[in-house]
Amino acid sequence: MTRGTKQETNIEAGLVCPVPIVSRDSVLLGHGSGGRMSAELLHDIFLPAFQNSVLARLDDQAIVEVNGCRLAFTTDSFVVKPMFFPGGDIGSLAVNGTINDLAMGGAVPLFLSLAFILEEGLSMDVLRQVVESIRVAAGLAGVSIVTGDTKVVEKGSGDGIFVNTSGIGMVPGSLCLSADQARPGDRVLLSGTIGDHGITILSQREGLQFESAIQSDTAALHTLVADMLCAGDGIRCLRDPTRGGLSSSLNEIAGRSQVGIHLDETSIPIREDVQGACEMLGLDPLYVANEGKLVAIVDPHSAEPVLEAMRQNPLGRGAQIIGTVTDTHPGLVTMRTRLGTSRIVDLLSGDQLPRIC
Amino acid sequence: MKYLDEYRDGRIARALMAEIARRATRPWVLMEICGGQTHTLMRFGIDEMLPPGVEMVHGPGCPVCVTPLEIIDKAIDIASRPGVTLVSYGDMLRVPGSHQDLFQVKANGGDVRIVYSPTEALKFARANPGRQVVFFAVGFETTAPANAMAVWQAKREGLKNFSMLASHVLVPPAIRALLSSPRNRVQGFIGPGHVCTVMGYREYEELIREFRVPIVVGGFEPVDLLEAILMLVVQLEEGRAEVENQYVRSVTYEGNLPAQKVLAEVFEVCDRKWRGLGGIAESGLALRAEYADFDADRIFGTQGVTAEEPAECISAEVLQGWRKPTDCPAFATRCTPENPLGAPMVSSEGACAAYYQYRRHLATAPGGR
Repeated sequence: MTRGTKQETNIEAGLVCPVPIVSRDSVLLGHGSGGRMSAELLHDIFLPAFQNSVLARLDDQAIVEVNGCRLAFTTDSFVVKPMFFPGGDIGSLAVNGTINDLAMGGAVPLFLSLAFILEEGLSMDVLRQVVESIRVAAGLAGVSIVTGDTKVVEKGSGDGIFVNTSGIGMVPGSLCLSADQARPGDRVLLSGTIGDHGITILSQREGLQFESAIQSDTAALHTLVADMLCAGDGIRCLRDPTRGGLSSSLNEIAGRSQVGIHLDETSIPIREDVQGACEMLGLDPLYVANEGKLVAIVDPHSAEPVLEAMRQNPLGRGAQIIGTVTDTHPGLVTMRTRLGTSRIVDLLSGDQLPRIC
Repeated sequence: MKYLDEYRDGRIARALMAEIARRATRPWVLMEICGGQTHTLMRFGIDEMLPPGVEMVHGPGCPVCVTPLEIIDKAIDIASRPGVTLVSYGDMLRVPGSHQDLFQVKANGGDVRIVYSPTEALKFARANPGRQVVFFAVGFETTAPANAMAVWQAKREGLKNFSMLASHVLVPPAIRALLSSPRNRVQGFIGPGHVCTVMGYREYEELIREFRVPIVVGGFEPVDLLEAILMLVVQLEEGRAEVENQYVRSVTYEGNLPAQKVLAEVFEVCDRKWRGLGGIAESGLALRAEYADFDADRIFGTQGVTAEEPAECISAEVLQGWRKPTDCPAFATRCTPENPLGAPMVSSEGACAAYYQYRRHLATAPGGR
């Protein structure tokens, strides 16, 4: 970023700004939020350095063709505090997250790599627990961990365990799911309740512990995707709304396809306790992370059969049609509120921050 | 969800709206005081539903927006020092000071932490006697009692490593300042529900006697706000000017007396500078002399830090209800949440940020009336 630190003045309009424009000459936590700051980092630093046609698709996975075989390839790093939480831990998250990135390209996941950065002093018991959780999650999903790496950093240089997993899968036939495929008239399908994972993690944070039965929804979604693909050939795009929540995924699709997306607030499933926690903390569940949900853009003719197939799978039992793709407001996500008015569902700048009062 | 769904019920909202349209025979300009209320108006598109004659303008009740630049600079100065942990509510971290914000101090190695209550800061101070723990206390009467309680507790325990950088502000003096201005357009106020939960609404009676303007203490959900708007319209149409309480499930006439007691024990009324509005006499709270040992401003010698805020910024006019965010030529072009030119674009409760986040898609801008 090349923003100056001086106060910007707008002489022609007769305005002087009281807040200086701040330079971003160091990495801030917000750069990892999945919101607008993350996108800035991608477009200003990474994309100019590594331009190529595969990367340019900017989907959750790269699709490469090798000797006539279409492979999906992805990587993801996992840093989560606390490491263990109701419904999962950093190990299951690392397996399911990478499988889901492959599955969103319609790929059948096959192999994972596993790399640890461990902090000196970490308890062996904790490491064993995480490894066991990875073994179980990979077994359940039917993928093999075929390569790995371990590094240890000095105490204070890490945070217990950082995990990276990369994954390879096969994409059937000529299937092409991408964020630039949405067309006006398409329906927006969501596989279940939103915000469960993010609120679970928040509820475990120091100083915030509140009693609830909320569990992380972490799950591998490739079987759900396979069922959906069987039900109809009108699926244009899949996304798992992790960091930045449902809003970030839909804003990305609206931007890449240059379409509008119009949601219906009353049709978005949210658990009552998640809604309650969000109200208490001043958060909007549309921006809270999920780890076992997907959102699908489906052509209008396939929407009903795909929805039915989702509901038949335990991971999509709560599926709903939550909106429509439109040709108004290209690049914007809007929502019909329960009062019947409309509002924007914007991409957040950085992390969602609890409000003062 | 109980106590939520019924206050967001579309049928009730539409019925209230129809009643507002029926009762309003003339144009009226109303102001909601709280940033939280502004946020609800924009998030639920209530401005879209109101009859054309009833205009909402947005008040100064966003704590982040009215906290003066120099207090942010003081917090940044203190947080940058070795051995100090600065603790604050999350949304203060993004507010730019003269040169940087607290997120950048954190990125550069300063120990800046987000908490949800000042008692967490106390707990951290007890557990880390080697660090100076400073709580950055901003906000209205709503947050002041919990902050007062933390200082009171620290004194009782004899904690030597806890202090507070306090910049509390009070609502009634701000309303008085708005009404005293020759440019005032506001004919009725939706009073601050959470402030009045603490303070009651006795002190608003004085404003009514002085200025003959109706005030309805209102809640924060769509149905709360619509009911408050209806109550104001009815008063105005009938030529009455009274304090009424819409938010009866939370607010009583006397308010929360134990909270007021600890507030008075720890804080005293002082003159305070407001961003956008300038200095307002007796409009803030400062630590009493008996609690000087917990005053971070004194301990860290930052009393001299000042920052100049140009008087001609439009945010002053927005915070006083003279102009709408969309009247600003920089709105949503040069001024966005990523690149805020003024404080009301920084906080999600700021009027400019609320317009930007929820309403900028409307072809006819909400402020275009």
